Amino acid sequence: MTRIIDAPIDVEALERSIASVQDGAVVTFVGRARDHADDGRTVVELEYEVYPEMAETVLDEIVAEAQRRWPVTVAVAHRHGLVPLGEAAVAIVAGSAHRGDAYEANRFVIEAIKERLPIWKRERFTDGSEWKRPGA
Amino acid sequence: MRVIIRCFAQLRELATDRTELQLSDGATLDDAWRKLAERHAGIEPHRPYVRAARNGAYAAWEQPLADGDRVAFLPPVSGG
Repeated sequence: MTRIIDAPIDVEALERSIASVQDGAVVTFVGRARDHADDGRTVVELEYEVYPEMAETVLDEIVAEAQRRWPVTVAVAHRHGLVPLGEAAVAIVAGSAHRGDAYEANRFVIEAIKERLPIWKRERFTDGSEWKRPGA
Repeated sequence: MRVIIRCFAQLRELATDRTELQLSDGATLDDAWRKLAERHAGIEPHRPYVRAARNGAYAAWEQPLADGDRVAFLPPVSGG
């Protein structure tokens, strides 16, 4: 299950969506809107822009790849639009029989999102806003 | 042929959200970028960091285009 949504992410519902008595391990990663940029400036909120027609497909591919490489079930939600501080911008749930596969698959998904999901983060500061820079 | 161009994030602000380009037969994604950069010179310095997509999937710059293709120019992504 993958979703790109403009409302708060319900992390528990995401976990329930992959619930199985076969899974002894469930690893959940939540990426939240943080109050400071990498250079230390105060961030007041984040805004994400998405290329919807492509992002859904890419996210499905990332999840499929994780489920091919590890014996896991994965669910992902990524938010777009304004994300207030402290709220989840992304949530990834990986369930597996054992913790090793669940951790590895979850890590793979977040790194793949950061590498290729067509979503862009704009950091709003008290004195303006900027797109997150390459490599930052 | 005509192709639809979309730009995102800083490229959208420097150029356009959406436009159409008239290209000659055999034109590639790189040709589409050059034509767009002729209209919006501000995007050119971003070229080393930009990835191109054709019909919703990443594609190599030298890939030839077809009439009606949906092209997107994507600055470095920053999801998560």
